[in-house]
Amino acid sequence: MSNKIHVTTTVNGDEAEFLCDPRETLLDCLRDRLHMTGVKEGCGTGDCGACSVTVDGRLVCSCLMLGAEAEGKEIATVEGMADGDALHPLQEKFIEHAALQCGICTPGILVASEALLKKNPDPTEEELRYWLAGNLCRCTGYDKIIRAVMDAAAEMREAS
Amino acid sequence: MALDGKTSEYKQIGSTPDRPDGLDKVTGRARYGADIHVPGMLHGAVVRSPHAHAKIIKIDATKALALKGVKAVVTRADFPEGLEGEDWNLQENCMAGEKALYDGHAVAAVAATSALIARDAAKLVDVTYEVLPHVTDVDAAMQDGAPIIREGAADYSVPEGMHPNVVRYFDTGRGDLDKGFADADLVVERSYTTEAAHQGYIEPHACMGQMGADGRGEMWVCTQGHWFIRRMSTAVLGIETTNIRVTPSEIGGGFGGKTTITFEPLSLALSRAAGGKPVKMVMSRAEVLRSTGPTASASMDIKMGMTKDGKITAAHGTFRMQGGAFPGAPVDVTTMLAFANYNIEHVHHIGYDVLTNRPKQAAYRAPGAPMAAFAVESTIDEMCRELGLDPINTRLKNAARDGTRSTFGPKFGPIGLVESLEAARDHPNMQAPLGPNQGRGIASGYWMNWGGETSASVAMSEDGTVTVSVGTPDIGGSRASMALMAAEAFGIKYEDVRVNISDTGALGVNEPTHGSRATYASGLATIKAAEECIGKMCQRAADKWGIDVDAVTWEDGAAKPSGPNAGDHDPLTIGEICAEMGETGGPISGHYEGSPTGFSGSFGTHVVDVEVDPETGHTTVLRYLVVQDAGKAIHPAYVEGQFQGGAAQGIGWALNEEYIYGEDGRLQNPIFLDYRIPVASDLPMIDTVIVEVPNPGHPYGVRGVGETGITPPLPALANAIRSATGLRLTGLPMTPPKILAALKAHGDNG
Amino acid sequence: MVEVNLWSSLRRFADGQDKVDVPGKTVGELLDNLVAAYPGLAPVIKAGVSISVDGEILPAVKSAPVKPDSEVFLLQRMKGG
Repeated sequence: MSNKIHVTTTVNGDEAEFLCDPRETLLDCLRDRLHMTGVKEGCGTGDCGACSVTVDGRLVCSCLMLGAEAEGKEIATVEGMADGDALHPLQEKFIEHAALQCGICTPGILVASEALLKKNPDPTEEELRYWLAGNLCRCTGYDKIIRAVMDAAAEMREAS
Repeated sequence: MALDGKTSEYKQIGSTPDRPDGLDKVTGRARYGADIHVPGMLHGAVVRSPHAHAKIIKIDATKALALKGVKAVVTRADFPEGLEGEDWNLQENCMAGEKALYDGHAVAAVAATSALIARDAAKLVDVTYEVLPHVTDVDAAMQDGAPIIREGAADYSVPEGMHPNVVRYFDTGRGDLDKGFADADLVVERSYTTEAAHQGYIEPHACMGQMGADGRGEMWVCTQGHWFIRRMSTAVLGIETTNIRVTPSEIGGGFGGKTTITFEPLSLALSRAAGGKPVKMVMSRAEVLRSTGPTASASMDIKMGMTKDGKITAAHGTFRMQGGAFPGAPVDVTTMLAFANYNIEHVHHIGYDVLTNRPKQAAYRAPGAPMAAFAVESTIDEMCRELGLDPINTRLKNAARDGTRSTFGPKFGPIGLVESLEAARDHPNMQAPLGPNQGRGIASGYWMNWGGETSASVAMSEDGTVTVSVGTPDIGGSRASMALMAAEAFGIKYEDVRVNISDTGALGVNEPTHGSRATYASGLATIKAAEECIGKMCQRAADKWGIDVDAVTWEDGAAKPSGPNAGDHDPLTIGEICAEMGETGGPISGHYEGSPTGFSGSFGTHVVDVEVDPETGHTTVLRYLVVQDAGKAIHPAYVEGQFQGGAAQGIGWALNEEYIYGEDGRLQNPIFLDYRIPVASDLPMIDTVIVEVPNPGHPYGVRGVGETGITPPLPALANAIRSATGLRLTGLPMTPPKILAALKAHGDNG
Repeated sequence: MVEVNLWSSLRRFADGQDKVDVPGKTVGELLDNLVAAYPGLAPVIKAGVSISVDGEILPAVKSAPVKPDSEVFLLQRMKGG
């Protein structure tokens, strides 16, 4: 195809480039062009949040953004959350609290939760539930997810 | 709540270590169905019927095939003829033959060099339809004059004179209903409906199939059971089962919906047509909702009799269910379990499995049980209200217990309904004060569980660690449960156990992770295989010590001499035995193959408090309690997770979720925005109590816990809304518009 | 002989009885003899049933032993999610 667009962007701190069809979403490009398959597709319509990433620090559904729009942007995905071997406190707490069952929604919920805690390090349970209302989980009933995020937030506040 | 005398002796089980696959799943490394990428891979797309019921006159793929990058198009003409029974149903559902039977039914499939080209090509496949009259409602489908979905689809069970859409009929019961109802002080009759709900797993179906001209190949697929997928896919394609090796990916939820096939064989058919290149296929969410699952919808009539002191004297239920355009609505299970919570002498059930122009239903968590529970537990609540009886004490009075003859025939062994009711009664949530427009609902539920074909291996490593291989995909933390049970059996650390989910080439046949069977059956298999390893290690120690193996025991991960003639030897640890196993007789491993039958059902009781907004009709769940019998909780945190997840799905089914069909028979809400499952802000914390009445059929007392939890929420919510508003809602879902309309009608009348 | 309890709608295939006596030392023998005595039950067995022996539900375990005084129920085939 001749109408491919060349995109240069930054993903988890590393420069990345890819060729994409103008119709391809950022989600398609992250998964199929850059093989960042930690970013999941659950709906393709911005309803489930499994594809959550941040773009220049802002939480977005990568299925609702075109790959071409990533030009010059800073993208962060679940693959960039851990610092080398050291897991992010949210990742640690998700494992500790059994906050995942099948785990397909987990990457999106981790990215969304991290974005919340950057804005609001001390959310109430209600604030957290409304923030995560765009991230569907079918396995857990959210109980253990909420507990894990609240616990991680408390630990991060203590550490800072 | 430790009811098992052995509990305190367990060293590992009952603890909550990190799951072995946790790191992969929080870092994005775990590979799910759509995460596969192989060299030379093609992408598939499916052409689907936009009509609920239509004759397929012609399929012209000329334009699609002319598109650059398109490698193959397949239609039903590429599949073998002459299949029968469920194999034919599966084939017909994967690819329509003479007629498209529902909105979303596959009529052709395309493979191309990119997903975009495949989708473009699918749009270029020209299908000529002759639209036929359709029916999507179960009651309408049984009426005279309803469009006939398929002549001759009824099996032996259907008596003459019924509409051809009735394809299976059930009639079961015992006792003398007339006498039972005559003994009652109160007889209540009500009719109820439930809508179809989708399993709603967040991962859409995905697979990659490769098959050459020799009919051999492999498949990668997100599934609850890869042996099932293999058998079904090869049956549909008319090839030998063992020609295909199937590797399960990590699975992003299933809840029963991934125990069958819907498009997986198409990847193999496309691959064969495209010269053996692997073909990857991933469904969109709309395809998932339009063409897979959901569960059946139901229309039910219940009649129950009760004495004024709360004894149920008789019960009769009629259950009409549609499971789409194929036989299979789980009304067989419904007619067994509808009244199974209770000890009832005079009981009868009638069930109809009815065809409609909807997708082929798939199992959904306790398939067939929640609908009946909604009807029966709502009726009991209504009787308790009318007679001024306490709902928990009334259930206790009638509860099935050890020795009770079940309403489906056999006697129960040790079961935990009484214990779950007592624990619910004693829970602090029962004392929480209720304000205006608030109400409390109580309901119990049951799932009978399952054993099923099971094959597992345990292999010892040179360093004394253990590798467990099971064939049941890990959907909710079962690797952790297997590792705990193996660690307990060997007396070693949890961290010294690795758990593999093996492909179809590495073990004998395994049924899927379904029927709440994985922790029970694969767990039992793991323990038995571990015991075989222990026996072999004791033999190695006996050989070394020059004593009889009967004089060796296994304790805390080591072989020890035991008994008067054993002599004085230092214990040999698992590490020491395994380090030299190469020189003492070679590798050590253990196996289990069987169909364990000692599974035992799990009962639960839920208590929910709601507030109904009289202005909007919106129901807020204030607090929620799940009490359920786990037999023995191996990893209590994941047991709680099953309770909470089941409750959340049940809450969705009760309040929100439904398949909405338009006049044209098309599904109106095939995206998550409109098919709205519960989100985080819809729910409170979900409190749990794990009751443990050990199952004598498992070495550690395990009962499956996965399914029961979806059964009580439907009636519990209805009973709570009744308590909050005075309204008895008899149709699910109890959406705000429905409640508002009922409130208005009630106000106008009152 | 072992007494086998049938569900109600099977009566019409078993001369109106909901309990029938058939010989057999295993579940498999029992099912074979049931069909031999009541050919109308053949499609039922072929479609798949579960069978409970003394309270234990035995899905397709034809080798499972049955005693003359065992309590046996033919049940509809079960399926889980």
